[in-house]
Amino acid sequence: MKGNLVLRVVSKFLIPLIVLFALYVQFHGDFGPGGGFQAGVIFATAFVLYDLVFGDGSARAVVPPGWLHRLAAVGVLIYGGVGIYSLLAGRPFLDYSALADDPVHGQHLGVLLVELGVGIAVFSVVLLIFYAFSGRSSRR
Amino acid sequence: MTLWDHLPVLVVIIPLMAGPLCVLTEHPRAAWIVALAAAWLSFAAAVVLAAQVSDTGTISYHLGGWEPPWGIEYRIDTLGSYVLLIVTAIPALVLVAAKESVVHEIPESLIARFYGAFMLAFAGLAGIVATGDAFNVFVFLEISSLSSYALISMGRDRRALTASFEYLVMGTIGATFILIGIGFLYMMTGTLNMQDLAERLPAVLETRAVRAGFAFLTVGIGLKLAMFPLHLWLPNAYAYAPSAVTAFLAATATKVAVYALLRFLFDVFGFEFALRDMPLDHILMILGLAGILTASLVAVFQEDIKRMLAYSSVAQIGYMVLGISLASTTGVIAATLHVFNHALMKGVLFLALGAVVYRIGGVTLRDFAGLGRRMPWTMASIVLGGLSLIGVPPTVGFITKWYLLLGTLEQGLWPVAILVLIGSLLALLYVWKLVEAAYFEPVPEGAATVREAPWSMLLPIWLLVGANIYFGMHTEVTVGLATQAANELMGLRP
Repeated sequence: MKGNLVLRVVSKFLIPLIVLFALYVQFHGDFGPGGGFQAGVIFATAFVLYDLVFGDGSARAVVPPGWLHRLAAVGVLIYGGVGIYSLLAGRPFLDYSALADDPVHGQHLGVLLVELGVGIAVFSVVLLIFYAFSGRSSRR
Repeated sequence: MTLWDHLPVLVVIIPLMAGPLCVLTEHPRAAWIVALAAAWLSFAAAVVLAAQVSDTGTISYHLGGWEPPWGIEYRIDTLGSYVLLIVTAIPALVLVAAKESVVHEIPESLIARFYGAFMLAFAGLAGIVATGDAFNVFVFLEISSLSSYALISMGRDRRALTASFEYLVMGTIGATFILIGIGFLYMMTGTLNMQDLAERLPAVLETRAVRAGFAFLTVGIGLKLAMFPLHLWLPNAYAYAPSAVTAFLAATATKVAVYALLRFLFDVFGFEFALRDMPLDHILMILGLAGILTASLVAVFQEDIKRMLAYSSVAQIGYMVLGISLASTTGVIAATLHVFNHALMKGVLFLALGAVVYRIGGVTLRDFAGLGRRMPWTMASIVLGGLSLIGVPPTVGFITKWYLLLGTLEQGLWPVAILVLIGSLLALLYVWKLVEAAYFEPVPEGAATVREAPWSMLLPIWLLVGANIYFGMHTEVTVGLATQAANELMGLRP
């Protein structure tokens, strides 16, 4: 799709907005609709779009596939880590109130961290799946 | 809260966190150490938990500090602690043996991720047992299923990929059915907590939505259970998966599905509705018997021993289903005992097959020729595991057959008792084929000399053989726990 000038220009314009929207969905998830899962998928679509428009494998230069499974594991660990922190603080697993002195603040922080873990894991897995499918043609 | 109060959740969390840690190590040996340590920690937690439950009764743990039925509750009763013991013990032992066999069978670059998937499957299975929330059961079921699809696809044979895909399709249908079933129950009661469901369901039992939900749940769990005739995914999946995975899944995955079936039939719906008002008792009895007979018969004619034992697993599941279908305390004792005992026998057999693959390279009947002289210890364990499978005293197999026969005779079902005995005879036939090849046939000409399996494989195999015989002679622990679990299941709605 290298010849499509309009597509390239519009994508270049759109990709930052997609990323920004993903971050909005991510960090606004505890107040309104959204959350880590949706944000992760939206974030990944920005890279998928980049790869589709600017040729096979160009997203790979930005996010190497070797990182992604590590990133997915880190996402799960962030989620579980929050739970284990509250467990070590003498509260039930995933009791966010343990995260701060003020329970309301703690709940807020807990959801934010957990959703961050979800977002990272979902982003990496969605992009991994895309790489797995698109990788076949570029290997020729 | 001290650490001891967190055990219900720790049993699940330790393997769940070990999964991503294994991936992050990216080193075969380091990943193995993390997985092994986590599995044994989880097993230790399950042992302490079982002691706690027998001291103080059912333990309820509120995730995130939210009271049930609003929050997610982990609920460990006698049945749960009993099944947790086996679900955590088997992977702990399998991982000891897995070190050599995984290096042998799986490409080095994938080993760390293999252990990651292994621990996730482990966490999913433990989670199904620990949770008291119907939707949580579905989530953990998907965690364990998705990771076991990945594990099966890592087999050396390329047919592992199609086997894994078949399982993926069937397993997804099963999981979807379970989700639809839970959805119907939620629609009618507005709750997902199992205890709460059990309280609210009687008022709406006569509605079509609940009956449809019941049907969806039963068929969905039946698919996961590999209940005849929904077992078609199982033989290929077990035959082509890596040896360690076969041993792990054969000994735990279907057992956990039996546990889920018991939970939903007896705790959530109550057996009077599930097995008396609905004709499920007759259906389960016919399917159980058909499974025992056909799968045993097919097993007799298998050349690939892994496939033979996979079909034998389908038959053994038939025994458990038959025990449930009796809808009596003795029947449920037989089913819960067989959950435990079958895990012990199949653990021995599939681990020993892993050792044979490791030394000989294959497990067809031809590879077994003269194996009794080439790998005496491994072969002896296969014979003992086989005896347990047939149900010869003093092995655990005898104990379950005994209770199953008692249960059928209690209700005067002579023909069923005779069919169960015929099933045992068929088991004798296929185990005899192995013995004949291993001890009465000469070692093939020009076969390379092989050594006995390494001790890291023999140790877990013989520990399990020991358990097969120990629990066959000292039945107080297992039968005591199973009896108590059965009484709790039957007594919830007297």
